[in-house]
Amino acid sequence: MMRHRWRKFVNALMFGITALCALASVCVLFWILGYLVWNGGRALDLDFFTQLPKPPGETGGGMANAVIGSGQIILVAALIGVPIGFLGGVYLAEFGSGTVPFLIRYTADLLNGVPSIVIGIFAYTLVVVPAKHFSAFAGGVALSIILIPTTLRTTEQFLRAVPQTLREGALALGASKWQAVATVVVPAAIRGVSTGIILGIARIAGETAPLLFTSFSNRYWGTSLNQPTASLPVMIFTYAISPYADWHRQAWAAALLLLAAMLLLNIAARLALSRGSYQRT
Amino acid sequence: MSSAKWTVLTTLAILSFTSCSSAPSTSPSRSESVALINGAGATFPYPIYAKWFDEYHKLHPDIQINYQSIGSGGGIRQLLTGTVDFGASDSPMTDEQLRQAKFKVLHFPTVLGAVVPSYNVPAVTEELKFTPEALTGIMLGTVKKWNDGRIAKANPGVKLPSNDIVTVHRSDGSGTTFVWTDYLSKVSPEWKSKVGSGTSVNWPAGLGAKGNEGVAGLVKQTPYSFGYVELVYAIQNNMAYGRVHNSSGTPVKADLASVTAAAAAAAASMPDDFRVSITNPPGRDAYPIASFTWLLIPGAIPDSAKKSAITGFLRWMLEDGQKMTQQLSYAPLPPEVISKELNAISQIQ
Amino acid sequence: MAGAFSLPERGINEPKRRSFLDRLRSADQLAHVLTMVFAAAILLVVVLLVFELFRNSGESRSKFGWEFFFTSQWDPVAGKFGALPFIYGTLVTSAVALLIAVPLGLGAAVFLAELAPPRVSDALTFVIELLAAVPSVIYGLLAVFALVPLLRDPIQPFLNRTLGFLPLFQGPSYGVGYLAAGVILAIMVVPFVISISRESLLAVPNEQREAALALGATRWESTWYVVVPYARLGIVGSVFLALARALGETMAVTMVIGNTPQIAGSLFAPGYSIAAVIANEFTEATGDLHISALVELGLALFLLTIVINGVARLLVLATTRRGTTHP
Repeated sequence: MMRHRWRKFVNALMFGITALCALASVCVLFWILGYLVWNGGRALDLDFFTQLPKPPGETGGGMANAVIGSGQIILVAALIGVPIGFLGGVYLAEFGSGTVPFLIRYTADLLNGVPSIVIGIFAYTLVVVPAKHFSAFAGGVALSIILIPTTLRTTEQFLRAVPQTLREGALALGASKWQAVATVVVPAAIRGVSTGIILGIARIAGETAPLLFTSFSNRYWGTSLNQPTASLPVMIFTYAISPYADWHRQAWAAALLLLAAMLLLNIAARLALSRGSYQRT
Repeated sequence: MSSAKWTVLTTLAILSFTSCSSAPSTSPSRSESVALINGAGATFPYPIYAKWFDEYHKLHPDIQINYQSIGSGGGIRQLLTGTVDFGASDSPMTDEQLRQAKFKVLHFPTVLGAVVPSYNVPAVTEELKFTPEALTGIMLGTVKKWNDGRIAKANPGVKLPSNDIVTVHRSDGSGTTFVWTDYLSKVSPEWKSKVGSGTSVNWPAGLGAKGNEGVAGLVKQTPYSFGYVELVYAIQNNMAYGRVHNSSGTPVKADLASVTAAAAAAAASMPDDFRVSITNPPGRDAYPIASFTWLLIPGAIPDSAKKSAITGFLRWMLEDGQKMTQQLSYAPLPPEVISKELNAISQIQ
Repeated sequence: MAGAFSLPERGINEPKRRSFLDRLRSADQLAHVLTMVFAAAILLVVVLLVFELFRNSGESRSKFGWEFFFTSQWDPVAGKFGALPFIYGTLVTSAVALLIAVPLGLGAAVFLAELAPPRVSDALTFVIELLAAVPSVIYGLLAVFALVPLLRDPIQPFLNRTLGFLPLFQGPSYGVGYLAAGVILAIMVVPFVISISRESLLAVPNEQREAALALGATRWESTWYVVVPYARLGIVGSVFLALARALGETMAVTMVIGNTPQIAGSLFAPGYSIAAVIANEFTEATGDLHISALVELGLALFLLTIVINGVARLLVLATTRRGTTHP
């Protein structure tokens, strides 16, 4: 009987310990949020969104150009990455057996695991050096390389999940293959595909390392995609390692903004996904 | 439409809106185009450069000079690769580097600054004095504790703690490092043979931080630490910095007078390419670890808009800009150097 | 599954529409080719990436050869470059990260998959997966201002006092160093361990659990002695994925590792990692040899993460495919 009591004790103990592990992991997120809100909340004022950075040592100023700059870089990345990823995913899902598709899937997975700093080096040698200047475009190229594999895989995944009956129904009605795919299959999968794209964009929005040597940074408004451009993650990094208390304050604000955007996008995407992988439109 | 579609559309709309509001201006409708000049380099003069470029932009709204402080090593590198329009460095380019450059590079001194030994010793409120011997020892790691004899000797009456010294140095290629190690090489044969001078050296001890900003930040946050930073960083961050015994044996604090005195000898005999080192100069009041800092301008600038913007800025910097240096604790250039430089501007093709 | 399905030989359309059909067919070919071209862009990118990495590291590879990976001197002035301090730092920080994250993550995964009610499990998993979305630079920011002071004062001296007989916990406490980097990496990879382990555990067929319970095991015993071993391939896969993530992590590490290219036995000492040195020195590497050495480091990191990711995916695939097959 003692043995039985001991086993019951261990059972309860491990229940407690593992519950603590889970709770600790969850608490980390709330700790991060709380810390950012506490330190950055007050600094997220109107100045932050409307002013340009001030020289070091002077208080005030904002990160308006970085907010817009991040938007520009992400837009370039999306314009390059989404079509390639999407159409590639269509290819894999609809025409997808054989060696070439297998190879493509394999390399997409490889690319997904490459550290972003290595992609930054690549974009530097590919775009910055020949063009002889840093640019938002180079930053966008670097980020698109990160975006393509995730877009490709989620597009393929959700297109495959569309039941065969839908395709066959379309074909039976006389549609050609591409008509069937374009007008029936893709719309059926659009929820999953677009949420996958959103998650991908959310991921690249937070990347810093590839931007360090591609879009560099800029103290002024970026008037062209062909110039160095400020971005939120790079500003956070620069300000965080500096000694100026005012810059720290702004770094917290930028971090809060970035995190809030990430979380909102992620939560919206996941909620949309969880309501079923496909629905009649 | 599903909520996912709405999210996608709104996200794209926001991104497009923000992008279009600052649309590419390849053919500007205004009479003057905005010239964006990109520069990168030294963190040593970053506070004054940032101020200058800001002020100059207010005077000439059509000219934006975007300067990123990534370290002197970075300035030289990006200039040589051609990804920036000008560089900045407190370490003059070596002959080897000038040979590597595929084009001519001109050095233009801008201000005089000082590298100071800053420290964070909680118990000590007095100003510490450092002999060359103490400084060398701390950076070599042979002087390990704050109450080491070599520090105590120069600071009689100060109660120094027995904690270990945490040395902080630059992790990036730095002109400030060059100035500091150049000085140490001059005062210590041991340093010269073991480590040498350069923008990036093989440090025997200590933590690395990025930029003057990083070193200042780390020293400020780490008790019992010691690091070398440009004067303005120590002042702006209310950090303690000590006096250094100069070649005459006087403990001198870095300030306007002592830094100007350091440049006095060099100003009289400034070489034509303006590359000169003023560490450990003669002179009773001279601060021993001072330096010029230079803008590195290509000898030929094909784009005429950029060329006139840069030459215009240089002229303004030498005439009006010099008046702003003192509020940021940099010393202005000696008058002989200024007039020599104004003549040199015409060398830019 | 979706794949090759062919058009009907003869459509239901009248013969006079054959030309239209022909046009449709060639549009199909066009669609096929078009989408294939876009998909093949990935192959092009990867090939180009590997090519560029090889080309730009050429000078360093020919000068140092394999010695590069066993030399510990990193001296830009003398032109001597060795990768050992960075490899050491990368491995040590990743090891510390895994040592913290794997027990924590596995424990949480076990709780979420086995012991918690389904709704609680789903809700908590949702929150934990959000952690994976937090950008690295934000972790870095928190590490600099929250973690480092905590390590410098209460925690590291405490470890020194209690475990100081081990060389791992000796030496001055700066706050920044291998331990700081390891801890923040642990926080960053825990969501991956939890998420994938949980899925692997959930994939274990119920019969296994019920069989154990029928034999009189407690829930914990059934979980630990039956379910977890059954899912071990997936769990190991999650560890490899976490490792791959930790190896390549740049921003958070560079902000707290101390940026000193040395090899030190103590976790309190400052060090350097491959990704961190590239981030710090790339834009200002003076001299082609220096850049070449950095690119070679990048190439090494690239190959390492590919191998580990490959192994990880195989393991995870093996678990989810197993289903009811005998282990």
